[in-house]
Amino acid sequence: MSEARTDVPLTAWIDGVALFAPGLAGWPAGRHVLSGGSFVAAPTEIPKLAVLPPAERRRVGTVVRLALATGLAACESASADPAELPSVFASSGGDGSNCHAICETLASRDRLISPIRFHNSVNNAASGYWGIATGAMAPSAIVSAFDGSFAAGLLEALVQLATPAETAGRLVLVAYDVPYPQPLQATRPMDDACGIGLVLHDREAAHSVARITLDTTTEAPTTMDDPRLEAVRTGNPIARGLPLLAALAAGGSRRVVLPIHEQLGLAVTVAAR
Amino acid sequence: MKPVPLTHFTATSCIGNGLAATRAALLAGASGLRPCDFDDAELSTWIGRVAAVDAVELPPALSRFDCRNNRLALLGLQQDGFAAAVRAAADRYGPSRVAVILGTSTSGILTTELAYRRRDPASGALPTAFDYRGTHNVNSVVEFVRAVCDLSGPALAVSSACSSSAKVFATAARMIAAGLVDAAVVGGVDSLCLTTLYGFNSLELLSTEPCRPFDVARRGISIGEAAAFGLLQRLPEGPADGSVVLTGYGESSDAHHMSAPHPEGLGARLAMSAALARAGLAAAQIDYINLHGTATPSNDAAEGAAVRELFGDRTPASSTKGYTGHTLGAAGALEAVISAIALQQDLMPGSAGTGAVDPSIGIDVLIEGRGRPLHHVLTNSFGFGGTNASLILSKVEALPLGARRAMP
Repeated sequence: MSEARTDVPLTAWIDGVALFAPGLAGWPAGRHVLSGGSFVAAPTEIPKLAVLPPAERRRVGTVVRLALATGLAACESASADPAELPSVFASSGGDGSNCHAICETLASRDRLISPIRFHNSVNNAASGYWGIATGAMAPSAIVSAFDGSFAAGLLEALVQLATPAETAGRLVLVAYDVPYPQPLQATRPMDDACGIGLVLHDREAAHSVARITLDTTTEAPTTMDDPRLEAVRTGNPIARGLPLLAALAAGGSRRVVLPIHEQLGLAVTVAAR
Repeated sequence: MKPVPLTHFTATSCIGNGLAATRAALLAGASGLRPCDFDDAELSTWIGRVAAVDAVELPPALSRFDCRNNRLALLGLQQDGFAAAVRAAADRYGPSRVAVILGTSTSGILTTELAYRRRDPASGALPTAFDYRGTHNVNSVVEFVRAVCDLSGPALAVSSACSSSAKVFATAARMIAAGLVDAAVVGGVDSLCLTTLYGFNSLELLSTEPCRPFDVARRGISIGEAAAFGLLQRLPEGPADGSVVLTGYGESSDAHHMSAPHPEGLGARLAMSAALARAGLAAAQIDYINLHGTATPSNDAAEGAAVRELFGDRTPASSTKGYTGHTLGAAGALEAVISAIALQQDLMPGSAGTGAVDPSIGIDVLIEGRGRPLHHVLTNSFGFGGTNASLILSKVEALPLGARRAMP
């Protein structure tokens, strides 16, 4: 059952895609697997950072590396200059390793946490380093919705594109989550890292690969047919967006449902260009 | 943008639970800061602690959400008939047509900090009672408020450090303008924890005395906690006289440094300019600025430079962090509520704690509160990672008649 009654259609063209997930090493390789190529299980490969001044590069952990690599790959695939784009960052939580280190120190006698760990503990650390790395001074949204974080980010992105004079018509969505170390991992299990990036445009352009239209719904989320890809989808909150990427890889017209929360889903209609 | 009515709002901080106590403290110039007595923190600093949090009990059905942050959220929701107003909006529009968009910086991480003291000596595991999703995760307060108010619309957390709960107004206003929802519960909830106390201590940003925003001898921040909420509605019939409306918001990124502002306040200026442009207002039409004003030497200098550049030295401004402390992820919503109180009372609060304004800043910082007819008020929130957000709230009577009819 579709419930949305938006005044403005929530629609956008996808100009660029990035994907880093287990067995899905980059969008070109991932697209091949998702459109029926063979899936070979492998840990998520996170590219080395080629941006940020050396001092900053030494300070960032896996979460920020994944987010920056994801955003940059999406922009590259769209031939878009990241410095000119507003951004929407979506993740279910912050940097678990950093949080673990802070909590360990706070449970110790001296409690002297490192200032770099502290400023890296903010949930918008990836967005902050993105600005430093790319020079982008445009607005950057930071959204979280537990296992619905990818859909929440996609919704925020398309609502921005529907708002006049908000984004100059184009923005980058950067969604990312990295497993926590123990003992947090036992309380919030994640199998491996996942990053999904999209450059979204309010009109058709040279690089557009598909048009998407959003609607809220109470339908259950779409699952992956291949049980190994379904394990990827459920193994990381951001990988809940995998059915959308599978629809993009398949081409043609498809409709998928991504979870926002237990009572609400995001129906995404995908039409290949 | 089309103005969005802010039909209900409430705030709970160390200066009081609810609007009446908050108003009274602002009128009296009474700070709520006291020497740090939080948990067993041994820090020479002052804090803004909400004493009533400790006695709050969550409904048994929601016990998995039990943590200081959600207790504070519940205490805040119970003030000023706010929860009842949300229920009325849900009855009117349907529970799936009301969004929940809340800001927090540290969520219920205090629970995790305490759990790390009780790890299993052999396995290192956290106590079995620890509920990550219900307490630690940044979305916990969103799920909790959604459960308390029985809402099923779009719901998300904004966790962008100290701009979090200013940015929620922008996200919610866009959702209402797009027609995705008819109303949105917005707000910010952030509670005291050791991560922020010892973290700001590590950066040498904690003041050893009550904070003194824009003072020539300011020495850093005092950390506080707060729950502040607002209800934005499209209200097809238009708001009643005396209502407060959100007329503008502006966001930007410094792209400069993780924990230091752009020295000339460039990002701050971009956010304020964007808010003015969206409101269709000239800088001279802003009657009062509620500054971010954390009282660190570099933050106040950068914000002051940005304000001076845009507004000159005439627009009265103050920071209310000397009353409440810096409530971090709740500061944006708390200060939006204080700005709404200012509009309704025609009162510009003073800067509690500030003795002698830093003459190098060159803006009109109010030390004492002052009455003046207010039409449009701007409030600033800036955070680590170079995230900036400014909001403009207005009296509905100050809008042109056409704008009053054209609510989203």
